Amino acid sequence: MSYIPHTDLERQQMLAAIGVTTIEDLFEAVPSSHRFPRLNLPAPLSEMEVSSELQAFAEANEHAGEFAIFRGAGAYHHFSPSAINHLLLRGEFYTAYTPYQPELSQGTLQATFEYQSMLCALTGMDAANASHYDGATSLAEAVTVAYEVGRGKRKKVILSPGIHPMYREVTRTYHQGRDIKIVGDKGRADLSDLIDMLDENTAMLAIQYPNYFGQIEDLAKLAEKVHEVGALLVMVVNPTALALFKSPGELGADIVVGEGQPLGIPLSFGGPYLGFFACRTEYVRKIAGRIVGETVDTQGRKAYVMTLRPREQDIRRDKASSNICTNQGLMALAACIYLSLMGKHGLRKVAELCYHKAHYAAAQIDALPGYSVDMSKPFFHEFVVKCPKPVSEVNQALIERGIIGGVDLGADYPGMTDHMLLAVTEVNSKDEIDALVEALKQV
Amino acid sequence: MKIPTDVKYTKNDEWVRIEGDTATIGISDFAQDALNDIVYLELPDVGAAIEQGKAFGVVESVKAASDLYMPIGGTVTEVNKPLVDEPETINTDPYGKGWMIKIKVKNAAEADSLMDSAAYEAFCADR
Amino acid sequence: MSKKNKKPTATLPADATNGAATTVVESPTEPAVEVPPAASSTDATLPAKAPAPQVLEPLIYDLGSPGRVGVLLPALDVPEADLPKDLLRGDLDLPEVSELQVVRHFVKLSQLNFAIDKGFYPLGSCTMKYNPKLNEDTARLPGFAHLHPLTDDEGAQGALALMHQLQGWLGEISGFRHVSIAPAAGAQGEFAGILMIRKYHLERGDTKRTKILIPNSAHGTNPATVTMAGFTAVELPADVDGNVDLEALRAACDDTVAGMMITVPNTLGLFEAHILEVIQLVHDCGGLMYMDGANMNALMGVVKPGELGFDVMHYNLHKTFSTPHGGGGPGSGPVGVNEKLAPYLPGPIAAIIEEAATPEDAPLYGLVMPEKSIGRLKAFHGNFGMHVRAYTYIRIHGASGIQNITRHAVLNANYIRVNLQGEYTIPHNRYCGHEFVLEGHWEDVPDIHALDISKRLMDYGFHPPTNYFPLIVPEALMIEPTETEDKATLDTFISAMKQIAAEAKSDPDLLRTAPRTAPVTRLDEKRAAKELVLCCRPIPEWAE
Ligand SMILES: Cc1ncc(COP(=O)(O)O)c(C=O)c1O
Repeated sequence: MSYIPHTDLERQQMLAAIGVTTIEDLFEAVPSSHRFPRLNLPAPLSEMEVSSELQAFAEANEHAGEFAIFRGAGAYHHFSPSAINHLLLRGEFYTAYTPYQPELSQGTLQATFEYQSMLCALTGMDAANASHYDGATSLAEAVTVAYEVGRGKRKKVILSPGIHPMYREVTRTYHQGRDIKIVGDKGRADLSDLIDMLDENTAMLAIQYPNYFGQIEDLAKLAEKVHEVGALLVMVVNPTALALFKSPGELGADIVVGEGQPLGIPLSFGGPYLGFFACRTEYVRKIAGRIVGETVDTQGRKAYVMTLRPREQDIRRDKASSNICTNQGLMALAACIYLSLMGKHGLRKVAELCYHKAHYAAAQIDALPGYSVDMSKPFFHEFVVKCPKPVSEVNQALIERGIIGGVDLGADYPGMTDHMLLAVTEVNSKDEIDALVEALKQV
Repeated sequence: MKIPTDVKYTKNDEWVRIEGDTATIGISDFAQDALNDIVYLELPDVGAAIEQGKAFGVVESVKAASDLYMPIGGTVTEVNKPLVDEPETINTDPYGKGWMIKIKVKNAAEADSLMDSAAYEAFCADR
Repeated sequence: MSKKNKKPTATLPADATNGAATTVVESPTEPAVEVPPAASSTDATLPAKAPAPQVLEPLIYDLGSPGRVGVLLPALDVPEADLPKDLLRGDLDLPEVSELQVVRHFVKLSQLNFAIDKGFYPLGSCTMKYNPKLNEDTARLPGFAHLHPLTDDEGAQGALALMHQLQGWLGEISGFRHVSIAPAAGAQGEFAGILMIRKYHLERGDTKRTKILIPNSAHGTNPATVTMAGFTAVELPADVDGNVDLEALRAACDDTVAGMMITVPNTLGLFEAHILEVIQLVHDCGGLMYMDGANMNALMGVVKPGELGFDVMHYNLHKTFSTPHGGGGPGSGPVGVNEKLAPYLPGPIAAIIEEAATPEDAPLYGLVMPEKSIGRLKAFHGNFGMHVRAYTYIRIHGASGIQNITRHAVLNANYIRVNLQGEYTIPHNRYCGHEFVLEGHWEDVPDIHALDISKRLMDYGFHPPTNYFPLIVPEALMIEPTETEDKATLDTFISAMKQIAAEAKSDPDLLRTAPRTAPVTRLDEKRAAKELVLCCRPIPEWAE
């Protein structure tokens, strides 16, 4: 067993020191009726063999490395500079634990502090935590914060139907045991319908920006209306879009959450991703998860440490507002490196490439007979296409031409059968887009 | 450890000083010492009516947090605002400048269930 | 400890009976490891009288220059579209640095960390075992790394087959027929488990059950989970031997109990002596049993929790199954359940949708949502990258290897325990599982605490054990060596611990002022909490 270093001699020496004859003797407290069951697992394999088995599994998938991809809906294929992976593979980062001992964790702590700072800059908020599991659980945690800010008296949570369907599902899963009413997202309510639902019992209203259909809604008056009744405005955002469009802070949001996967994190069949969470200063003691703050050591050197610890489960126990412990630390580091590399100019450029390519694709597709694109509102890098045939048939035809098509919206939105959600990013060349348009034409 | 005799105590280490139908509330020297460096304090709004035994706020140090419970019920008439900005005062002067709220007492008889200084001293010694 | 003084019966080489650590470590007083010098210098040794550095490494924001770019992006190859002017943002306050600056910055930061790849990391409850490099390669195979989560089932057969097999193996190891690998971490697995228990009772119309019992030695995520799920946590005391107090349990069991959460071996590292009675008592009052599986590294091939009678448990793939902790995450916290709870599992779950037509063919795999699922815990289907790593790990070990992991993890922990029992108080000193807890203080030096021992260990080149957990042991130090450490490493650690025990009496300042060789000395945590500097960027002008 290559990862277990013990030799026979050492085992004997250790057993002798303990005062037993065999390792099995150490398990006397385990009920003998159930001790040492048979394990029906395959025999051990060498590294070489395991490697080729995994290779075969991987090759059986239709992935964005081999196909042109136009699928998004919450997970996006973006360009990721090589330096990110090389730095993530530093054992000092990825084989460390949560930085409970700050003297031996300044690397992780400073990187997390930088990540928090970049997230604040991007969202226009004052503070960010070190991460949640993903965008969906960040939204669920925002509900808890809003509920606590309302001192448990405001029990209504308004969710826009334009929020990712899975995020809304997760929010319901999280709050099934609590006295919270989630409304607004069952039909096709628009912003003004949601505003009409606001009342003194409302803890928060959440919208997605750009919404699930890729569109930017008119948010000019929204914050004011939400704040009038004393509720919080929560925005679920795409971080790439924020390089181009007004920041949620400027739009009056109180809490900003979202999926950080577009920031240099591979698709990886849905995880590990990065739930980011940022808010205004007045709510920072109510938020869950780790937070890093600046301080000094006994010699006056600047250093970083996890702070506001009494909020967390290990100290607050049953009074903690969330049980989160392990988070997505390494993914936050990936995002921090990505944002450093892209920087002020690069991220804006990425966003513009996405925007222009998506608009080029949308215009070409809209011109095809039988297809139409919803251009009623400004959009970023995703848009809705009405197809002449069921989406599954369209996608089948596309995959045969080496193209991964869009998501079928009919399943989640009953009125939208034959509607497809397409995403275009900077990785889609003009040739790929033209091939997509040509393929759609032939379907 | 200071245990003044002019106030009454709860098992959660709050103290209350009752003067007529007004009462002043804070936490004991024992509590501030156990919490250590206090960095944050959250208090209710003036006008809030809170029953005996219900939480009226939170006090937080670097490594611990504790809910604050009403020694007796009443309506909040005054909140020690400066203390919220300098909660470390609780560490240095828990019974004086470290007072937290004043209330209009609802039912003075509720105070009968509280400990006097002798009982509280014995209670602390046992912990 | 009944067998403490018993002579081993196996014949041993001449010097082997003295298995205790004999290596002598020199007491470190001078900085010995990587003290990062001032900002501008490199890792090279410092000139003798360098001034005290004010920052270890500047913030990435402070390294940039206006106009600098770190990445070259392709030119636009389609016509430009109109941008909606009134919707656009102004300045974007991100760094302006070159790729080399980024690489040097993060390499320097990495060097300020301690990590498994650097040295012994006996952090109890966290299972800091070696994370095989192969795992990192398999998880990054393009067919996995670039696979979109909403790929149609037909296009994701490799990934789905892997998930299905992993579910099966985890089920086999724990004795649970049904497994969901959707939860993102241990705490989320706990949450799923308690929500399933809740739904199970509610579906039977049993609405009185509002309490979940938890031993007072439990990890903080247990009580926090209970509250999140809408239950009340009821703490149970431990008896003198560190087991659940059966009398207290009996008294607590009634028809308002929805279930009990318990860690096996418990957080003292001990196998619960009456585990079968505990399970029986809770079942008898109609409650269900949850096992916190964070300590599975002590159980594999030794006992299957499902066979003991547990109804549900979670695994931490980032502990037992070697997926890296990543400086805080990501993890993965699958849940296993018996028949009672199977309909409520969180989804989606990888399943066989269509059996193979012939033995040579593969079946068709797909993702399904269990019939009465508590729902989705995160978008998509779990931390798949961690699934690939755990699969790789189980595959390489096979049945015998998996059992060997536990055997050696327990051997290592007991070896350290017997070697430290002279110098330290070890409450409940009997055979432990994969970890044990000792008291980090001595009566004759009352102002030396577990924290001081921890910090002093850093000077000896080790990561400290877990401090102050479990809460029921005063000044707790929880030591978990894992199976991947060799005897020589354990011996050096034991010597260091003994030496620190001696220093505590002879020169306690060495402990009080430790660490001296870490990148920084002790930090002002009060200042961090008071001043709350959480972000280094100025507030944008529109906010003023
Ligand atoms: C005993 C125990 N239970 C639960 C957890 C929570 O697991 P996670 O951090 O993966 O959420 C931990 C991890 O720290 C643990 O040690």
